[in-house]
Amino acid sequence: MIEFAQTFFAGVAQGTMYALIAVGFVIVYKATGVLNFTTGGLLMAGAYVGHQFASAWKLPFIIALLAGALAAGLVAVLVQRLALARMAGKPAFTLILMTWAVLIVLEQIPPAIWGYDVLPMGDPWGIGVTALGPLSVFTIDVWAIALAALVVLALYLFFRFTRLGIATRAIASDREAAAAQGIRPTTIFALTWFIAGAVAGLAGVFLGGGSRVIGPELSQLALIAIPAVIVGGLDSPAGAVAGGLLIGVAEVLTANYAPVYAPWLGKNVHLVMPYLLLVVILTVRPQGLLGTRNVRRA
Amino acid sequence: MQGAHPTRPWVDWTPQHRDARRAAIDARIRLWTPGAGAAWTLVFLAAWLVLPLVLGGFALKLYVYVGMAAIGAIGLNFLAGNAGQVSLGHPFFIGVGVYCGAALGADMGWPLSLWLPAAAMLGATLGALIGPFALRLKGNYLVMITIALVFVGQHVFNNWSAVSGGVGGRPITPPMSIFGWDLNDARTPILKDQRFAWFVWPLVGLCALVVTNILRSRPGRALQAIRDRDLTAEVLGISLARYKVSAFALSGALAALTGGLYGAYVGFASPTEWNLLLAIQYLAMIVVGGMGSVAGSVIGAAVIVCLPYAVQAGVQSLPGIGQLVSQSPGDGGWLSVFALNQILFGLLIAMFLTFAPRGLAALLNGTLRRGLLTTSRRKQ
Repeated sequence: MIEFAQTFFAGVAQGTMYALIAVGFVIVYKATGVLNFTTGGLLMAGAYVGHQFASAWKLPFIIALLAGALAAGLVAVLVQRLALARMAGKPAFTLILMTWAVLIVLEQIPPAIWGYDVLPMGDPWGIGVTALGPLSVFTIDVWAIALAALVVLALYLFFRFTRLGIATRAIASDREAAAAQGIRPTTIFALTWFIAGAVAGLAGVFLGGGSRVIGPELSQLALIAIPAVIVGGLDSPAGAVAGGLLIGVAEVLTANYAPVYAPWLGKNVHLVMPYLLLVVILTVRPQGLLGTRNVRRA
Repeated sequence: MQGAHPTRPWVDWTPQHRDARRAAIDARIRLWTPGAGAAWTLVFLAAWLVLPLVLGGFALKLYVYVGMAAIGAIGLNFLAGNAGQVSLGHPFFIGVGVYCGAALGADMGWPLSLWLPAAAMLGATLGALIGPFALRLKGNYLVMITIALVFVGQHVFNNWSAVSGGVGGRPITPPMSIFGWDLNDARTPILKDQRFAWFVWPLVGLCALVVTNILRSRPGRALQAIRDRDLTAEVLGISLARYKVSAFALSGALAALTGGLYGAYVGFASPTEWNLLLAIQYLAMIVVGGMGSVAGSVIGAAVIVCLPYAVQAGVQSLPGIGQLVSQSPGDGGWLSVFALNQILFGLLIAMFLTFAPRGLAALLNGTLRRGLLTTSRRKQ
């Protein structure tokens, strides 16, 4: 029982990172209609910059965290301005392929600068454990959950109560009407991409820390955001959080228990479990758990 | 000519107009426009016969690779460019084709004339199973589920070691004799490449012919209607289920064909090859070549397959770049050749999407006869 709770906790921690990435994904999608496949590259940017600040320059970790988030956010804005601004009315396929092309380019830049070896993140918690009641959990997991909760709360408050946040929601809801009110879509697009990049960078720093290392393959982690977003609902930030948590828990539980209870599923089935959930959700409830149903009218 | 009296019912047509309409319809269903089309056929025939004899070593290998990729690209272009169903699931079907070759050909000893069509059939069947998902899901959601297909497929391939050899891969040596002519003949190293080239490119021609004919006839127009406005198409009486499932089936068959040929030619495959990057490469082929255009698929396949080698050649020959790019680890360069490849690949896609969304086929359209290179008429 204790072991299950510990595994569950680890799953929640993993899930909160996926949730962060997923929230960024959904914010961009709601505001601009673009599926942001570049998240992997932004993740890497944040992780590598965080490594540089924390491990190479030995600065306090909070600075590394902020630097990583900022760097990733800036890269995101750059991507939006250079590559995507002119793709405004194009069909979905073009946008997807464009973001993927940008991802391919972005993936190669951190290894070019920092080399192809795996690097440590340099976080202060490492593989330390703390006691949470009867459970013994990774310290970094506790901090990850706390940080993710903080970020989600901050985003909620931002979108609810600040002018820019409300402007973003207006653009997401009806771009023309918002523009008619004097809200500049270009500013909002840049802002949403910055937020998406920043949260991806934050997630990158945490996903590279603890018992893990960062390496050129880090961008693959961002692909997990896709099942998280679809399960939660493509246009629902709350759904993104829920989806991320669900996927994280499912993945970690599968990793730990499938080899024991269901070895016929194959080795490493935890890597494919998020996609199985994706297929299930798309078959049963395509709009996701908390998404709005896409009713087609002629 | 066709628009002379567009609104009058046919009973009111003058004889001249009726004859003109008949001539127009005859021209449409003919395989090629007379004159230039016949000349091009001779050119292609001559090229098919002569190129494997003339091209040496590595260029010949590339020629074969381009041919195999072209078949897959034609399939994907049919699905994504003409039917409008964007699918990143191509690597799954290619893998299916490869492992059919391995299991039916190498392990069970089926002859080429049996295992290759069987691979295509299996690809078609699996495509038809994926097709129904396209009925419920559109656009982004369809893309997501095809991504899931690739990952689930890789998982299955990884774990089905008997067929795929697990993560480490397996050698693939199916029988490759057709009409008593063994493609795997290893008497001289170049003989195998030549024979594969002579075998693969007529297959490319066959697939191109099949797809072109479909596109010029009623099913092709139905698919393009579905691509442009599927609700309207349905209202007009076009069965979405039948056409979407068929499109996936044909695309799956062609991809499996590519896989079967590729596995037999290279002789080795590992499940890690059938990944998303391959899907993006095929999408790049059809974007660069021209979506909706059969000739564009072949052109795009040629560009994408040859790109890494062109980059390699460029790196070696241009003096300044050599210092920037390291060709082996520890060489002192800033980027590895692989990284440069990827960056140029991404930039290529981005450039084409921004500046030439209708691809090379449309760009070349101005200089060549329209009968040969027609792209989808839909404005991007």
